[in-house]
Amino acid sequence: MTEHNFEGRDIVSINDFSREELEHVLKTAKSMEALTRKEGHTFLEGYVMAALFFEPSTRTRMSFESSMNKLGGKVINVTDAKVSSAVKGETLYDTIKMVESYSDVIVMRHNKDGAARFAAEATGKPVINAGDGKNQHPTQTMLDMYSIQKTQGKLDGLTIAMVGDLKYGRTVHSLATAMSHYNTKFRFVSPSFLQMPDYSIKELEEKGLDYSLHKDMNEVIKDVDVLYMTRVQKERFSDASEYEKAKDMYILTGNMLEGAKGNMKVMHPLPRVNEIQPSVDQTAYHYYFDQAANGVPIRQALLALTLGVMR
Amino acid sequence: MTESEYTIQKIKNGTVIDHLPYLTHLWLVGKILKFHKLDEPVLIASKLKGENGYKGVIKVENKALTQDEYNKIAIIAPDATVNIIENYRVVDKKKVELPDVLEGIVKCANEGCITNNERWAKSKLNVLDRKPLELKCHYCEHTFGRDNVYIL
Repeated sequence: MTEHNFEGRDIVSINDFSREELEHVLKTAKSMEALTRKEGHTFLEGYVMAALFFEPSTRTRMSFESSMNKLGGKVINVTDAKVSSAVKGETLYDTIKMVESYSDVIVMRHNKDGAARFAAEATGKPVINAGDGKNQHPTQTMLDMYSIQKTQGKLDGLTIAMVGDLKYGRTVHSLATAMSHYNTKFRFVSPSFLQMPDYSIKELEEKGLDYSLHKDMNEVIKDVDVLYMTRVQKERFSDASEYEKAKDMYILTGNMLEGAKGNMKVMHPLPRVNEIQPSVDQTAYHYYFDQAANGVPIRQALLALTLGVMR
Repeated sequence: MTESEYTIQKIKNGTVIDHLPYLTHLWLVGKILKFHKLDEPVLIASKLKGENGYKGVIKVENKALTQDEYNKIAIIAPDATVNIIENYRVVDKKKVELPDVLEGIVKCANEGCITNNERWAKSKLNVLDRKPLELKCHYCEHTFGRDNVYIL
């Protein structure tokens, strides 16, 4: 078995990870879940995580902070990074150089694409990307994979539908990349103007994977193992009328799930708006809240691995 | 030597850039060689008959190309050849070649990229494909082709 060493490594893009490395992260996350409260509490004692959020975030930020706290580490943060330094004209480079001397690992969300790689190159401390503009959000992808593995018992040979805004949604692009390591069948459901970008489709074609494009989500519900819903993100649209047209196009209700496979799970990166109605919460198919909870073991694993406390 | 080249004066020492796509060469002189900053004579020949249709030739006296200039020429004129002239003779002949990574010479086409928004940041693009040209930003992972290339 290959030895993995994540110590000092940056978590910037899902494209940087091989299938084996991704599976090593998932395996480590599983062992994190097995830790008792007492066992976990001393793991990262003495380590400091800097949370640098230039863009608002609830789930990601809280789950990173919770992960660090549960492992006995400390978190330092700026309440609003945008206000504190960027507004004064400080470069990201300078901000990182300053923060690296206060912390052992830097978790950053930034509104510019590529900011995570840029920050990672500015410092020797590990940088974990918590979302850089419309580019990457690798820890979300890893927790999505973890959720899939946990609910399906495997990653290979599954049929996954992705629904909604597939054009601007970075989570679906990254998840498609990650799941393309496996023999996955993809069902993409969206209006034609929000379809998966060409480079994503090309990637699947090059790997010879089965994919199909749909407009109606009812066409796929009965055949899939995972129904991955997404929010139409208002902030990504430059054309307001396009947003209006798209926002309520896909609404999943509880009765639409009749006849779905028993193992099928509905996932969503959250927050949801209208796309998943509360009636779905009453079915056995809903998984999005558990999915969000899986963010903790995944981020615990990444913190422990990049800090070299676990191999 | 083709007939048409007789019409351009020879240079004593310097660089001859040949096999440039027709019209591209005019732009190239201004943009890449920074014509306005050159103190040396520059000879520009246009619409010469080449093996594959029209071509352009540029001759610059007393100038050796920098690696950056080679790389920039390779982006817009991948088939160009460069002759080094010493005492009216060709002492070296090179084909331009695009390196695997372009640093600080092409702007990332994604306006939202950190390299277009951070002071002092340098662009870095990986060359995915040469014909047709396909570049991928090392930072924001955006891919784009020749039509969106802006040379810095």
